Amino acid sequence: MLNYYLTIVLAPLAAAVIAGLFGKQIGRAGAHWLTILAVGLSCALSIFVLKEMFWGDAASENISLYTWAVTDGLRMEVGFLVDRLTALMMVVVTFVSLMVHVYTIGYMHDDPGYQRFFSYISLFTFAMLMLVMSNNFLQLFFGWEAVGLVSYLLIGFWFKRETAIFANLKAFLVNRVGDFGFILGIAGVVMFTGSLDYATVFDGADRIAAETISIVPDSPWNAITVICILLFIGAMGKSAQAPLHVWLPDSMEGPTPISALIHAATMVTAGIFMVARMSPLFELSETALAVVMTIGAITAFFMGLLGIVQNDIKRVVAYSTLSQLGYMTVALGASAYSAAIFHLMTHAFFKALLFLAAGSVIIAMHHEQDIRKMGGLKKYMPITYWTALIGSLALIGFPGSSGFFSKDLLIEAVKDSHWHGQGAVYWIAYLSVLLGVFVTALYSFRMFFLVFHGKERMDAETKSHLHESPHVVTVPLILLAIPSAVIGWFTAGPVLFEGYFQDAIFVTEGHDVLAHIGATFWHGSLALVLHIYASPAFWLALGGFLTAWYLYLHRPEIPAKIQSALSGIYGLLERKYYFDDLYIKGFAAWGRGVGTFLWKRGDQQVIDGWLVNGTAQSIGKLAGIMRQLQTGYLYTYAFAMIIGVTMLLSWLIWFR
Amino acid sequence: MGELLHIILFYSFAAVLLGAALGVILSRNPVHGVMFLVLAFFQSAMLWMLAEAEFLAIVLVLVYVGAVMVLFLFVVMMLDINVESVRKGFARYAPLGVGVALLMAFELAQLIWLRSSGVVGSGSFAETAEGYSNTKALGSVLYTEYVYAFEIAAVILLLAIVAAITLTMRKRPGLKVQDIGKQVSVRSKDRLRVVKMDAESKE
Amino acid sequence: MIGLQHYLLISALLFVLSIAGIILNRRNLILMLMCIELMLLAVNFNFIAFSRYLGDETGQVFVFFILTVAAAEAAIGLAILVVLFRNRRSINVQELNEMKG
Repeated sequence: MLNYYLTIVLAPLAAAVIAGLFGKQIGRAGAHWLTILAVGLSCALSIFVLKEMFWGDAASENISLYTWAVTDGLRMEVGFLVDRLTALMMVVVTFVSLMVHVYTIGYMHDDPGYQRFFSYISLFTFAMLMLVMSNNFLQLFFGWEAVGLVSYLLIGFWFKRETAIFANLKAFLVNRVGDFGFILGIAGVVMFTGSLDYATVFDGADRIAAETISIVPDSPWNAITVICILLFIGAMGKSAQAPLHVWLPDSMEGPTPISALIHAATMVTAGIFMVARMSPLFELSETALAVVMTIGAITAFFMGLLGIVQNDIKRVVAYSTLSQLGYMTVALGASAYSAAIFHLMTHAFFKALLFLAAGSVIIAMHHEQDIRKMGGLKKYMPITYWTALIGSLALIGFPGSSGFFSKDLLIEAVKDSHWHGQGAVYWIAYLSVLLGVFVTALYSFRMFFLVFHGKERMDAETKSHLHESPHVVTVPLILLAIPSAVIGWFTAGPVLFEGYFQDAIFVTEGHDVLAHIGATFWHGSLALVLHIYASPAFWLALGGFLTAWYLYLHRPEIPAKIQSALSGIYGLLERKYYFDDLYIKGFAAWGRGVGTFLWKRGDQQVIDGWLVNGTAQSIGKLAGIMRQLQTGYLYTYAFAMIIGVTMLLSWLIWFR
Repeated sequence: MGELLHIILFYSFAAVLLGAALGVILSRNPVHGVMFLVLAFFQSAMLWMLAEAEFLAIVLVLVYVGAVMVLFLFVVMMLDINVESVRKGFARYAPLGVGVALLMAFELAQLIWLRSSGVVGSGSFAETAEGYSNTKALGSVLYTEYVYAFEIAAVILLLAIVAAITLTMRKRPGLKVQDIGKQVSVRSKDRLRVVKMDAESKE
Repeated sequence: MIGLQHYLLISALLFVLSIAGIILNRRNLILMLMCIELMLLAVNFNFIAFSRYLGDETGQVFVFFILTVAAAEAAIGLAILVVLFRNRRSINVQELNEMKG
């Protein structure tokens, strides 16, 4: 199996290197064929590995390949931990990546940076696989940073755009905040267990839980809580949880395939994956779980609200991504790790689908992204329309779609997580995810109706060129629409209730909400679909859908009235709760101020002015004085010698 | 002969020596300066003779006066020195020179008379044995113990010759000199050109 | 009796006079060279005086070497002087300040 794993990881890397360094030589077609074949190979092998795990009863494997360094007993290794969680993630990553590769041929076909783009997305696939297949914290961190780097490169892919450069810098900086917490968390793990290896660390988790740590003097905190919260801060950065979410909407400056691959389906779920992977640690700290749950709930509901007021098609989907990531985080907080991963998987399919559909619309509209200038696209682009409909239905949890199973069961798990005890946390989380369903349905279908139905609001020039996108675009849409629609039917049971993850995910006895649901609530997929009338989430989703229909199709003049009536709230949403203003005008401006001060005063004045140039100048001045002694006249030197002899003699006689 | 004559000779030679030295540093004309220097060397040789360092006294006269001083004289006479320009500022620096000189003289005198009085004892020279030959004694040390230094001294002299010649030698352009090497190695074709011509036809 | 101290005093006076000579004739390179010869003579006096005082010929051997080196020095010094004069038509030290920093 090891050879398979190595091929899965290294094929995209090799393709990325070749396409990146020899892009000119292999040409545009060469670049896309090479990378697609490499990622396709990875995808096929990943599916094979998953099949072996699922049906073939292959055991999970923990292989250390290479010892990079040993310092002071701390082994830094490269290795693979391939268990069922990893195998699932590998399939999701490589499959979505493959779809995006194919789609990119259509989306980027006249871009001058074609080969570079393929090189980047292949490199991303490699980095993400390294992240999910890692068996130690160091490699996890490597993958974590590598996907961040590729994300940075791709958000700024059109590097001549001012906004893109701003967005990628913002993404990078905000992720640094999260990474700071993450690396402190890893440092904490190393401090208490002296190892980076997952297995060793998880074995020693109980020991960590017994320790305390005093960050503020005289107030010992439980070590595991501190470590888990620090690790979760890393996850907040990468998975864009409030308040570190600000980079994700801006990252939509990148090309749409990237938004689908990195900023919706895979990279942003790295935080979710990481927390699920660290479940043996998080399970030991209910405080940390409560924090996770609260953050997730806030993100899920409030970011969803922002989606309602956005007019950029990609930003609507971006806020929906934020909201869905919040859902997953809430599930993590409820110890329903399997539910989070399950939602991660279904979300990867339908959100990638929605993004690619949005990209298809953008191609047709000649890179116009404002949904107020669209409308009635249904008849021009039927395939995009139907696939987008499937994606939207999955997103709002239409009964039977993949999103329905994952989200409904997720909400059920949150509802069941009474063990949290803290009433406030529980109710915030539960109400947020419930109301979030309504919001999700509202913004999803607001966008859907504005884009595909209603009046055709685009200008005549664009309208005359409207047509369905080419096959390389529509085929991935269809291929993604299939799992979006049906995958929930036959995976919900095994993944959530029948112990698919085995020992990959650890849940303590009292926290196991999914087992409880499995025992009391779950009677198979069909039964769940048939009992939707008992689920408040379904009625809320329906309500959201009808509201959207009423407001945007039936009475399109009402939204404007609501907007002017509730201008205060609208303004708050329009400015995204003033987070950007706070960060840019607050932290960033303050940081720049400090930087400018250090640069002007510290660097230019003190170091350059006084220390470096000052030393040189004072030596120069001293030398200027001293050189007056060097007259060049012979007798001056003779005098100097004579005076020296005289003084030596005087010293010899009188002072010795 | 005896003590008194020795003392009289010593003081008279010493007086002339110092006078000559004064003459060297005060003379306007460099030629006079060299002459005074010669006188000073002669007097030194006499004083050394009195101190029974006969070999060095003779060497001083022969080598120094005979060779080095003559060299000085050659140079001084060969060069057309503008005495006035080099004498400028002589008076201005006289106080400084005299001051430094007096200071050092005082210090040296103090060193000699005060510091050494107890240490040195009577200060008289060592007695020499009957039939003592200064030259022989010096030679027996020079050619045994200091033979390498002696050889090195010879090399230094050679070096001085080479250096002096190298420094002063110059090629003057346009000087008609014979180069025998060139003359010997000359070939006929360097000097002679055979020109082939067609015979002149008769119109 | 004439002894060590007398010779040392003569040597000291000779040395002091040559120093005064260097200061006074600071423009005249050739007189400077002569003063240096005088200085070396003073040094030789010391060597001979101590050699005789201690009854050890080594001091006189050193005088021999000093004479040798002084001769070499005089030869090279004069050669430099000649070259200098040839180039600048003067031996005025005042005009020689190419080494000025």
